[in-house]
Amino acid sequence: MAKPGELREVLTSPVVNNNPIALQILGVCSALAVTTTLETAVVMTLAVIFVTAFSNLFISMIRNFIPNSVRIIVQMAIIASLVIVVDQVLRAYAYGLSTQLSVYVGLIITNCIVMGRAEAFAMKNKPFPSFMDGIGNGLGYGFILVLVGGFRELFGAGALFGIEILPLTSNGGWYQSNGLLLLPPSAFFIIGGIIWAIRVARPDQVEPKE
Amino acid sequence: MSNQQETFGKTMIVVLAVCLVCSIIVAGAAVGLRPLQIKNKEIDKQSNILAVAGLETEKSVSEIFSSNIQTKLVDLSTGEFAADDPSYDQRAAAKDPATSIKLTAEQNVAKIGRRANLATVYLVSDDNGQLQRIILPVHGAGLWSTMYAFVAIQPDGNTIDAITYYDQGETPGLGGEVQNPRWRSHFVGKELFDENGSPAIKITKGQAPADSKHEIDGLSGATLTSVGVEHTFTFWLGEQGFGPFLTKVREGALNNG
Repeated sequence: MAKPGELREVLTSPVVNNNPIALQILGVCSALAVTTTLETAVVMTLAVIFVTAFSNLFISMIRNFIPNSVRIIVQMAIIASLVIVVDQVLRAYAYGLSTQLSVYVGLIITNCIVMGRAEAFAMKNKPFPSFMDGIGNGLGYGFILVLVGGFRELFGAGALFGIEILPLTSNGGWYQSNGLLLLPPSAFFIIGGIIWAIRVARPDQVEPKE
Repeated sequence: MSNQQETFGKTMIVVLAVCLVCSIIVAGAAVGLRPLQIKNKEIDKQSNILAVAGLETEKSVSEIFSSNIQTKLVDLSTGEFAADDPSYDQRAAAKDPATSIKLTAEQNVAKIGRRANLATVYLVSDDNGQLQRIILPVHGAGLWSTMYAFVAIQPDGNTIDAITYYDQGETPGLGGEVQNPRWRSHFVGKELFDENGSPAIKITKGQAPADSKHEIDGLSGATLTSVGVEHTFTFWLGEQGFGPFLTKVREGALNNG
């Protein structure tokens, strides 16, 4: 596990090859909710990277002490604590963003990616690779989030990071914004499109026909 | 995971230890960051008030608040100023039966349920102490959420100078456009009351007539939010809202000190 090549693999494979949203189809719910603008998508990404990385690290550190019968509850306690810390820090240092993200920071607790990685990876691996795996999966989640968020904000609101790129007709410009993109269901179409694109590029991800 | 940890005692110890460490971290973060969070809330509110205050000065937010903005409590049933209380929180007061009234079905136009007895208003003066604007906090239900706004009116108690929605959870891009500066600018110069002194602000579906003193363009695709905005005005300008206070303002109560 300690070879540098394998560590890099642990870190980078979740970004495209084994993406938690696109291949494992985990954490889609929050991906619909926080991708209206790029800024919230980026902050949510950072929060999820922090939580998956440190929950993996701490769970891996005590993995030999966690009794098998209550392991899920122990994992939840650690994840929930980290999420509350993130939420409190956001409220203290990025108040405007925390009001936009509202409940979705709290809902990182229920994000399947965090718990999935804790159970599938951190319980079986040493702390450092687990930490890397957490960062990698957070990045994989964030990769999709940023793509979707960028697309939705650009074509739904004509802006990126709140800076106007396409002048809207409602502000006297030429671009008629697409209102559907501002609503959560549009993220379904975009994520579906991304999954399609990844599978065209990497046919090995396509499930065999039943 | 060998089976040697699976005794009852060890399970309890591990679980208790994890809970203890986690609770210390969570409690530490919550207590340690609270002062910053409270300050953020305060700054957020103050900057929203400044956004409608229309002051052009180089002073910092807190300086403006100490020199140009007077915070006053108004007794909504009489329209008189009440004794100052810097810690008064109107939202908390609206939930407490001792400091609020329950609105009857006919009174509850803005669908807010309860209304606090006292409301916080802000009096904005220029650097010479001349009263410039009166800022009233209003709120009412939209489609999904309760929408909170500050309305700045001229000392005549009738003409709108500015409005800002600072807390709402309407659909982004549709009802959420209540925050759009372009839409908010439609309110500037509109008059709150008609000739008979009744609340007259109307949100018209589509385009409002250009010469109308009371009508404002509706938000396209957000009919229910627009209706909520209109009802918010109807309620807060009415007898249960700032009606008595604004009547006194129109009669010149603020000019005599």
